[in-house]
Amino acid sequence: MKTIDCKEIVDAVKKLCIQININMPNDVKEALVNSINDEDSMIGRRILEDILLNGQIASRKEIPMCQDTGMIVVFVEIGQDVKIINGSLSEAINEGVRLGYREGFLRKSVVKCPIRRGNTEDNTPAVIHFDIVPGNSLKIHLGAKGFGSENMSAVKMLKPSDEVKGIKDFVIETIKNAGGNPCPPIIVGVGIGGTFDKVTMLAKKALLKDLGQRHEDSYIGDLELELLKEINELGIGPQGFGGKTTALDLHIETFPTHIAGLPVAVNINCHASRHGEIIL
Amino acid sequence: MENIKIETPLTITDIDKLTVGQKVLISGVIYTARDQAHKRLYNMIIEGKELPFELKDQIIYYVGPTPASPGRVIGSAGPTTSGRMDAYTPLILEKGLKGMIGKGNRNEAVINAIKLNKAVYFAAIGGAGALISDCIVESETIAFKDLGTEAIHKLVVKDLPTIVAIDSKGNNLYELGTESYLKKDK
Repeated sequence: MKTIDCKEIVDAVKKLCIQININMPNDVKEALVNSINDEDSMIGRRILEDILLNGQIASRKEIPMCQDTGMIVVFVEIGQDVKIINGSLSEAINEGVRLGYREGFLRKSVVKCPIRRGNTEDNTPAVIHFDIVPGNSLKIHLGAKGFGSENMSAVKMLKPSDEVKGIKDFVIETIKNAGGNPCPPIIVGVGIGGTFDKVTMLAKKALLKDLGQRHEDSYIGDLELELLKEINELGIGPQGFGGKTTALDLHIETFPTHIAGLPVAVNINCHASRHGEIIL
Repeated sequence: MENIKIETPLTITDIDKLTVGQKVLISGVIYTARDQAHKRLYNMIIEGKELPFELKDQIIYYVGPTPASPGRVIGSAGPTTSGRMDAYTPLILEKGLKGMIGKGNRNEAVINAIKLNKAVYFAAIGGAGALISDCIVESETIAFKDLGTEAIHKLVVKDLPTIVAIDSKGNNLYELGTESYLKKDK
């Protein structure tokens, strides 16, 4: 049995909130550099260069890459041999978010009631998913999700007879409808399987993977590459102004499903893919 | 790709010479307004109330910046998705607004209002909040303070980088860019 103090969790979450908003991840930087070489639209190249420059300014001056510093989504993997002391785990995560957004001068974008609005003034609550796993460590994977891209995401309950073609058509249609709104070049998370609720979580989880990383099942890995190719053939391009760099990568997460169903969810992330993890 | 420099307030001559795809560096005073501020401006116009700033020949920037850290004028300040303002935009254009800065496509009603009122829609790079922040030299909250990040700010900008996305003739880069790219590709 390992004990972890809530204070440690608060501090780690606070630092992570600030760090991910300021520093462009290395895999995104690399993917952007590669796409500049491949892009043949002149406006597109220029935009990709400006996005990279933006990342440099943000880390040098320690200000957020994007003004939409997002709503915090957390995936927690808690070892069953871990004991949390001096408070509740959820409250510790929210306290970390609260402090990070205040001390890091990040934008508080969360409203209390979705209909009546009214800012909570501290960017909480975070959306937290818990998973209990074997072992004695606590893994907190945290993403700051902007809503320019979140708003363009979609879910659909397909029929089994729709098969892989139905999945592809739905993914492509979603990206087409999104156009320039989610700040392309985008990163696409696709969930397939499970239930209505599970599939959207899978799509979100798919966004946590490193760019370039393929699904361990090569059938799914090939489908990722096929979809990525088709998306980049849509011509949407950086910011929607035309070009071949519409998506930097696409990841799929699957889960077994019911004999009668084929749920599919598409979660879109912008180029400022902000996420990071800590293990305590 | 040549940069065109323009100063606010916009003149008819400025607007006439702008065409889609041009890179424009904007300097001068611009006003921020996003979702809630637009709703309020719209209702004030309907109710015949006096607006917090004169719309004539001005530019509105759709942005909700992060708080300024010590020593900075403003925080990260990239554009938000313009489509959410579409419901309010035609009326605001009718009242004299000449330019908008945001990101993403506009609906048909807005494009028609842009043509009718000889206005222009500029796109800034979505997510380039740090880069744009460096072009903002002054910032002052002038209305709707209670809205926090959504309040109306009067900004003074120097060479804010944008691209003409919809020009006064209604040419739309979000359609033309993709089409011309696909044609070239085939």
